[in-house]
Amino acid sequence: MKKEITLKINGAEYTSEIEPRTLLVHFIRENASLTGTHIGCDTSSCGACTILIDGKSAKSCTILAIQAVGKEIMTVEGMATADGPHPLQEGFKENHGLHCGFCTPGMMLRAKELLEKNPNPTEEEIRWGISGNLCRCTGYNNIVKAIIYAGAKMRGEELPSTEPEFID
Amino acid sequence: MIQCKTSKEISGMGHSMKRKEDDRFVHGKGHYVDDVKLPGTLYMDIVRSPYAYAKIKNIDTTEAMKVPGVLAVVTGRDLEKYNLHWMPTLMSDTQMVLPTDTVMYQAQEVAAVIATTKYGARDGREAVRVEYEPMKAVVDPYKALEPDAPVLRTDKEGKKDNHIWHWEVGQKEETEKIFNEAEVVVKEQMHIPRIHVSSIETCGCVADYDKINNHLTMYMTTQAPHAIRTVIALVAGHVGLTEEKIRVISPDIGGGFGGKVPVYPGYVIAIAASFLIGKPVKWIEDRSENLQADSFARDYHITAEMAGTKDGKILATRMKVLADHGYTDASANPSKFPTGMFSIGTGSYDYPHAFMEADAVYTNKPPGGVAYRCSFRVTEAVHAIERITDRYALEIGKDPAAVRFQNFIQKDQFPYHSPTGWEYDSGDYVQGLEKAMKAVDYDGLRKEQAEKRKKGELMGIGLSTFTEIVGAGPSKDFDILGIKMFDSAEIRVHPTGKAIARFGTKSQGQGHETTYAQIIAEELGIPASNIQVEEGDTDTAPYGLGTYASRSTPTAGAAAAIAARKLRDKARKIAAYLLEVSEDDLEWETGKFYVKGMKDVPEKSKTIQEIVFAAYTNHPQGMEAGFEATHYYDPPNLTFPSGAYICVVDIDPETFEIKVRRFVAIDDAGNIINPMVAQGQVHGGLTQGLAPAMYEELIYDEDGNILNGTFMDYLVPTAVESPSWETGHTVTPSPHHPIGAKGIGESPTVGAPPAIANAIVDALKPYGITHLDIPITPYKIFKALKEKGVLDKKISE
Repeated sequence: MKKEITLKINGAEYTSEIEPRTLLVHFIRENASLTGTHIGCDTSSCGACTILIDGKSAKSCTILAIQAVGKEIMTVEGMATADGPHPLQEGFKENHGLHCGFCTPGMMLRAKELLEKNPNPTEEEIRWGISGNLCRCTGYNNIVKAIIYAGAKMRGEELPSTEPEFID
Repeated sequence: MIQCKTSKEISGMGHSMKRKEDDRFVHGKGHYVDDVKLPGTLYMDIVRSPYAYAKIKNIDTTEAMKVPGVLAVVTGRDLEKYNLHWMPTLMSDTQMVLPTDTVMYQAQEVAAVIATTKYGARDGREAVRVEYEPMKAVVDPYKALEPDAPVLRTDKEGKKDNHIWHWEVGQKEETEKIFNEAEVVVKEQMHIPRIHVSSIETCGCVADYDKINNHLTMYMTTQAPHAIRTVIALVAGHVGLTEEKIRVISPDIGGGFGGKVPVYPGYVIAIAASFLIGKPVKWIEDRSENLQADSFARDYHITAEMAGTKDGKILATRMKVLADHGYTDASANPSKFPTGMFSIGTGSYDYPHAFMEADAVYTNKPPGGVAYRCSFRVTEAVHAIERITDRYALEIGKDPAAVRFQNFIQKDQFPYHSPTGWEYDSGDYVQGLEKAMKAVDYDGLRKEQAEKRKKGELMGIGLSTFTEIVGAGPSKDFDILGIKMFDSAEIRVHPTGKAIARFGTKSQGQGHETTYAQIIAEELGIPASNIQVEEGDTDTAPYGLGTYASRSTPTAGAAAAIAARKLRDKARKIAAYLLEVSEDDLEWETGKFYVKGMKDVPEKSKTIQEIVFAAYTNHPQGMEAGFEATHYYDPPNLTFPSGAYICVVDIDPETFEIKVRRFVAIDDAGNIINPMVAQGQVHGGLTQGLAPAMYEELIYDEDGNILNGTFMDYLVPTAVESPSWETGHTVTPSPHHPIGAKGIGESPTVGAPPAIANAIVDALKPYGITHLDIPITPYKIFKALKEKGVLDKKISE
């Protein structure tokens, strides 16, 4: 009982014949071959599969592909523009907000929605804001720093230092 | 302090160079194993045991074979025909790939379904009918050693009990004598519970056997691709898969933390299936499979004792371990070290005698033990010594910092011979602890604590001053399956002065692509941005033992420097030829040779780029053309990084919720290659120290059912639980390492848990609590206080 669907991902249309039970994350990875979106768990806990659906962050492992028909999906591959990387992509690199890189796409897309809703979040708001996204490498300090950096960039303010801070 | 000798453009040692690998990761262009797409790929899913211990009476695959897309169901009987139903472990034990008659733990692999789609394979898995005859599982390791306990490993001929091995080190009699005569003896029973690395990417592979060319390409999540290639050849050579026909590719890995060192049955089954069917077979496990079946960490039951004087001098320590290894000893240790480096457990303190012993036992649980930034059991060792040191300080009524200062190995005592046989390379423990205490205002905190205690508020301060042992290791003692634990670097510089360098290690996010380039940049003056670093492809990279136990910098990092120095020697010869002077007349300054005394005369110097170009276009007669070098580095000793950590906790007197208010970590890993990357390792490692101290534990019931085998209740810390870490360094270089660097990746996970546990126990000191096993949860505090009878009235009263 396959069904042909078309999904709009990063502005491009992907048409595939799928089973209705196909998870959106699998459609994105397998059918659209956009493998930046990752799978880190089977209980909707880790957020490595986070994408934006009509601008709202969602865990794509917890949505059926057919539910996303007619919506605008953004994955990590759609973050950069012709002008260059998104401020979050720049912020994560400049502030060492990633190590293995596996949580990074989901983390950045979640942060994107966070910054659009709350352009100047406090550290605590950022920590709660990304609490649906697990990272096993960074200890989160530099992810927080990366999001603060991106926020400043998006607001057009002076960028905070990206030098690591050490106890003297 | 960390100093840089090269310009930012060169970015040699000490620069916080931004990572070369980040661009692909932030654009979703990393290449992890589940991203590998090969034509005709089949998918594998695994049927797992619902029981911890059961006989398999029958496996019925009839219905599964009717599922659309299902091509095959592989069972132990199928593998038995090729003698692949069992495989050797790193500790010379044997592990089932697929069982033929008995399952030994819940979630054990029982059969594998191969299908044309991922979903079809899962449907097939659900349709396989397995008939079991459950047996009474052995779960408690103490009970496993009782005389009437059922013998689990009936496959081992003549095996009459569940005991695996006994190990000991140190001076038994002298230590006993000291304990008999000491003024003060303290003793605690500690369990360092079973936990799991839970890298966000699980394990998986794509096994691609090409029948026509008799060649296997194995894409897999492995931290040690070369060793895996050799293991595959040893296990499957008899069916024609000899080592030159096997290419292991470890692509980008989504975190390892030791969980991707072992060979798991899933890999072997995928290879067997691809070999039999002749098509690529992809196996990617779920999180719950990863948590429930892949290598666990810890699970040491430790009796720790310390003898000392009333005024605080430590005289001896004694430790006794019962190690729960699950149903087979598959712990990823060097072969002569069944307890890994547990013998580092005399710690950062100077005393002449110690004795340690350990016994390992089989239980109906998955195998493992060595994982999760443990540096081969150093996590357990450090936890034991740091907890018992605090217990001793408590007993004699002295501040735990004062006891540490009184007993530290002093910096002029290095190289220091420990009572358990190690030669610590270097250290300055006093400086480290002083720096941490100043940063946190230790005296001020103790005053604040005294005030709070008067009001019944629970505040605790915990220390951990640890010594690590990383960089295995010297060939005299260290091997994995007989292969000596060297590592390697191969540097090739192109005519235009840009380089490619390959290593026998394998990054899983530690930033090797950046930091190895920095080492070479330091040595040759070629900008790090012009040096492409690769690891993980066994066809192209030099043989190495892989990345785990913080060994990359000590081993392959050393190899990088030495290979680069070989090239500098060649460069000197070429420069002498080009400048028409003797080699002795040349001086080196990063990136160029110049004639002595004529540093600023351009025509009297040759840049490394000019020299390299000449190596291809105008090399001296008699010299080999080209510009490349290789080095396989056999370390003379391990490196012994250290740290001084201080944790401050506040505990809610009503709910016992624990809040880490501050955590200061001063690490000393010698010379630092990239401070930004090193700090990132510390942040992540501290969070993986917080996790077992307060949240994580794999819990089994008495029937061997895992009670928290998913991320719903195996509590990996989020950004909310993780404190804002404060970090710093002291720099005490390793004297034997070519660039004075030590490993650092695992120090924070080794050092943090006892600091946190010590802080929590310190907070509860007024209520007579002397020890709590990690993870220390609000409920555990509640129970402990209830047992002490102090909950009858409110703590805050």
